[in-house]
Amino acid sequence: MSATISHSFWNNVSYNARRYPLGVAGGIIMIVFVLAAIFASAVAPLDPFNTNAKASLAAPGPVYLMGADMMGRDVFSRLIHGARVSLAVALGATIIGSGIGCAVGLACGYIGGWFDLLVQRVTEVMQALPLLVMALVITASLGPSLRNTIVAIAIPLIPTVARVIRSNVLSLREMPYVEAAKATGMSEWRIAIIHVLPNTLAPLIVLATAQLGSTILTEASLSFLGLGVPEPYPSWGRMLSESAAEYVRTAPWLVIYPGLAISLVVFGSNLLGDALRDALDPRQRD
Amino acid sequence: MLTYLIRRLLLMIVTLFGVSVAIFLLLRIVPGNIADILFDSAGMIDPSEKQKIIADLGLDLPLPLQYWSWLNGVLHGELGFSYVSEKPVIDEILPRIPITARLAGLALVFAICAGVPLGVISAVKQNTKLDYALRVLSLSGLSMPSFWLGLLILMACVRWFGTIPIYDRAPASIWAWIAMLAIPAASVGFRSSALIMRLTRSSMLEILRQDFVRTAKSKGLSDNAVTYDHALRNALLPVITTIGVETAFLMGGLIVTETVFNIPGVARFLVEAIRWRDYPMVQNLVMFIAIVVVTVNLIVDLLYMLVDPRIRYSE
Repeated sequence: MSATISHSFWNNVSYNARRYPLGVAGGIIMIVFVLAAIFASAVAPLDPFNTNAKASLAAPGPVYLMGADMMGRDVFSRLIHGARVSLAVALGATIIGSGIGCAVGLACGYIGGWFDLLVQRVTEVMQALPLLVMALVITASLGPSLRNTIVAIAIPLIPTVARVIRSNVLSLREMPYVEAAKATGMSEWRIAIIHVLPNTLAPLIVLATAQLGSTILTEASLSFLGLGVPEPYPSWGRMLSESAAEYVRTAPWLVIYPGLAISLVVFGSNLLGDALRDALDPRQRD
Repeated sequence: MLTYLIRRLLLMIVTLFGVSVAIFLLLRIVPGNIADILFDSAGMIDPSEKQKIIADLGLDLPLPLQYWSWLNGVLHGELGFSYVSEKPVIDEILPRIPITARLAGLALVFAICAGVPLGVISAVKQNTKLDYALRVLSLSGLSMPSFWLGLLILMACVRWFGTIPIYDRAPASIWAWIAMLAIPAASVGFRSSALIMRLTRSSMLEILRQDFVRTAKSKGLSDNAVTYDHALRNALLPVITTIGVETAFLMGGLIVTETVFNIPGVARFLVEAIRWRDYPMVQNLVMFIAIVVVTVNLIVDLLYMLVDPRIRYSE
C-alpha cells in the first residue's frame, strides 16, 4: 500500500515538474539558499567575522571571491551567513503570520457575526498602512532585535492571509461533504478542524510562498534603514546600508553582491510561488 | 450611489479612527516612557528636568485623556510640537508633502506608461520569445529591492557620466523637477510597472478568449482594432484596482528610495522621526500616510464605477 502511494506521489511530482519547469528552477534556487544557510559554517570559505586590515576593500579575486569589505571581512562568506538571518526572518515571519492569519480566517468563517465584523474592521485598519510602514512602527515600538524583526514583519501579513482563508472557509462550508458530516452528527468544531482546515491548505501554501518574497524584501528594507536585525548578525540589508553610503564609487562589489543575493532568492520564491499557484489553486491567478 | 458614497465615507472614518487608536497605543507600549528615552538619549541628569518633560508632553495624564487631546488637536489642525526641532509638527510636514507627491506621481506615471503597453505586447505575443523575456523582466522587477536598483542606477551614472542630478535645493522649473526626480521615480516605479505588466497580460489573455472578441474578429475588424478598441478597454479594469493597491506599496518603496537618493520628502522623514524617537512626529506622519492610502482607495473605487457602467454599488 505504502509503496503504491509513494509511487503515485513521485509520478505526480515528476508530472508537475515537467509541466512547470520554471517552478522547479525556483525550487532549486530556494533549496540551494536554504542548504547554504543551514551549513553556512561548512560552506563559507572564510570566517565572516574575521577582520583583516590588509584586505580592507580588496577587490574580488581568488581568495576573496566577491571582494572584502572595509574591515577586510570576506563578502562571500558574509553573504552565506547572511542567508541564515534573512531566511530565518522570512520563514519565521511567514509561518507565524500565515499560521495566525489562518486561525483568524477559520474563526471568522465559522463564528461569523460580531466577531467576523470586528476582525474585518481591524483588517481594514491594518490595510490602511503599507507593510513597510507598519513593520517600521512596530520595530520602533518594540526595539530592534532578531525576534522583534520577525514579529514586526509577521503582524502585517495576518490580515491578507485571514481574508483569503475566510472567503475560502465560507465557500467550503457549503460543500456537500460538510453537510454530510453535519448529518452524521459531527460537531461544528470537529468539522472545522477535520474537514474544512485541510482543504484550506492549498491556498494557504500558495499565499505563504507568495508572501515569502515580500517578507525577504521587507527585512532587507528594514535592515537597510538600520531598523532591522542588529549586529552581530550579517544581514543582507545591513551589508547594503553599510556600503551604500560610502563605497558606491570605490568598491561596487559591496553594493552589487548583497543586492544580487536578495534579488535571486526573491526571484526563486516568486517562480516557485507562481508554479504552486498554477498547480494547486488555479482560481487564484492574478 | 449617494448612499454608497455616504457608507464608504463613514467606513473610512471608522478605519482612520482605528488607525489612530492603534498607532497611539503602539507608541505607548514601549518599555519605559518617552520621557525616559529622551532623557537617556539627551544625556540629561537633572530629575526636575525630566519631570518638566513629562508634564510638558502631558505624559502624566491618563491614556484616554492623552489620546483625546491628540485627536482633538488633529481635528483642529494642531498637531503638537516636534521633540527634536521644537517646531510645530505641521510646519515640518507640510513643506515635504509636495516633494513626495511629485515623486510618487512621476513613479506612477512611469509604472503605467511602461507596464500597460508591455503587458499588452506580452499578451498579444503569448508564448513567443518576446513574451518570455518580458515575463522574466517583470518577475525580476518584483524581486529586486527598489533601493538596490536605485543604487545600481546611481553607480552606472557615476561611472558613465561622472555625476548624477543630486537633490540639493528646490529646482526652479518643472523640467528641472522631472530631471531631478526621474531616476528615483524610475527605480521605485519599476516594481509597480512590473506588477501592472503582469496584471495587464493576464487580464488581456482572459479577455482575448471571450466571445465578443471572436465576433469582432469574424466580422472583419483589423487585429489592431480588436486588440486596442475592444480588448484593452476591458482588460484595463482590473488594472485600475491594482493601481489603488499599488499606491500603498509605493509609499513603502518611497521610504527607502528617498533615503537612498537623499530626497527630503515625507517618507524619509518618517524614518528620521523614528530614529530620533520623535513620537509626536511619527504618530502624525503615520496618520497622514493612512489618510492618503484610504483616500486613494476610495477614489479608485469611484473611478472604477465611472469607467465601468456595469458596476453599480447599490446595496
